[in-house]
Amino acid sequence: MSAVPLPKPSTAVAAPRPAQGLGTGLGRAAWLLFERDVRLAFRRWEQVTQPVVFFVMVATLFPLALSPTSQLLQAIAPGILWVAALLSALLALESLFRTDLDDGTLEQLALSGQPLGWLLLSKTLAHWVLSGLPLVLTAPIVALALAAPGEAVGVLMISLVLGTGILSFLGAVGAALTLGTRRGSVLLSLLVLPLAMPVLIFGARATDLAIRGDEPGGALLLLTAMLILSASLAPLATSAAVRISLE
Amino acid sequence: MATWTWFHKLASPPHFYRIAGTLTPWLAIPAALLIVGGVYGGLVRAPADYQQGDAFRIVYVHAPSAWLSLMCYTYMAIAAAVGLIWRIKLAHAVAAATAPIGASFAFVCLATGSLWGKPMWGTWWEWDARLTSQLILLFLYLGYMALRNAFDDLQRADRASAVLAIVGVVNVPIIHFSVYWWNSLHQGRTVLKEGGPGMPPEMLIPLLMCFFGFTLMYGALLCVRVRGEVLIRERNAAWLKQLGAPRAA
Repeated sequence: MSAVPLPKPSTAVAAPRPAQGLGTGLGRAAWLLFERDVRLAFRRWEQVTQPVVFFVMVATLFPLALSPTSQLLQAIAPGILWVAALLSALLALESLFRTDLDDGTLEQLALSGQPLGWLLLSKTLAHWVLSGLPLVLTAPIVALALAAPGEAVGVLMISLVLGTGILSFLGAVGAALTLGTRRGSVLLSLLVLPLAMPVLIFGARATDLAIRGDEPGGALLLLTAMLILSASLAPLATSAAVRISLE
Repeated sequence: MATWTWFHKLASPPHFYRIAGTLTPWLAIPAALLIVGGVYGGLVRAPADYQQGDAFRIVYVHAPSAWLSLMCYTYMAIAAAVGLIWRIKLAHAVAAATAPIGASFAFVCLATGSLWGKPMWGTWWEWDARLTSQLILLFLYLGYMALRNAFDDLQRADRASAVLAIVGVVNVPIIHFSVYWWNSLHQGRTVLKEGGPGMPPEMLIPLLMCFFGFTLMYGALLCVRVRGEVLIRERNAAWLKQLGAPRAA
């Protein structure tokens, strides 16, 4: 499992495998990194599937623990879906930087001469494709099993796209901060969960409104605003945290 | 440049250690007087509230704690940012010393809020917007302290927790307003409405005394705690040995 070499900042002209349509600078480095992360994940497929299975299992717990009447399930479906998605996203964060720290890839990124924040933005996007997107695609099945009406599925998916995006960015900060610690996983939850509570509030609210047949626009717009904010600021914090972990 | 020398001196551990030592009684004694005066005024002199009776008197502890728990978080984040940007070790010590104090204030605020809730709302815990956002603030403090404790190396603990404090302080307003938004959708207005009828002076003056007293108490506690942090961080430094290092281990 070797890292795809990143181009040096100035002399990347004679790189062995030029990516189409992208130059030789930051864009190409970011694309290579994205491609590498996705390819590595396909080789260790269980890393992608396990959080999804976890998501479905957690959602299954609630009808078993409460009651399978469709009226109750419909009322609590937004909460179940969002809490399960949040926990599953936390579980997936474990794999974001850990292996790259162990085999030295992170150091290579930090030394590559490219702005680390942008590279980590690309890495976070790859992580979202591998952890957020599967949740978005699985959620409709779970939602229908929880007696949510079919019309609400679209809003649920949109809210999950936005929400899991925010969780990936926030979680990247937490994952980078806990890299240098011993008991990282519980600590990671302690750090990320309080920060993720607004996402839970707005995401569950948008889904709830859609299930009742109301207009969910406001909550979705607030989620979008939070996604833009976290996408623009979180990579900076993540790169600062990665540099501290590499010291 | 000369005007800034005092400031740079302040950032050096030996000077700060000395200054904080002399400052402590000057903060602690007025704090004690103000708190005793404010609590006496609040519990004994102030008239009972026409709506809440005597139960409102817990506000003299509750409100200053709520204010300080928020102020401590802001102050902690500012100190952490100063430490991260200008690499001032003392600023990290201030941030580290503030966190447990702020967490205690948040806890006191929650505990008194819960006690207050029993006669007012009939339950020990009501999912009121202000109480809930205080609870999340307490979680943020706990996360910060947990991260700080997870590192063996003090410098890495300082810098990692500084990043967390800055991320947290950006998020605090978002959390606050989202919790209010959530609360306004799920529940009618609570007993304690904002912008309610103004307080008569015999209620307000003890409250202000408590506010100032608690703030000064925070200053005194901070001085003591930062001195402790300096002792831990500089335990091998020469100036401490010259000082005849009191119990620096």
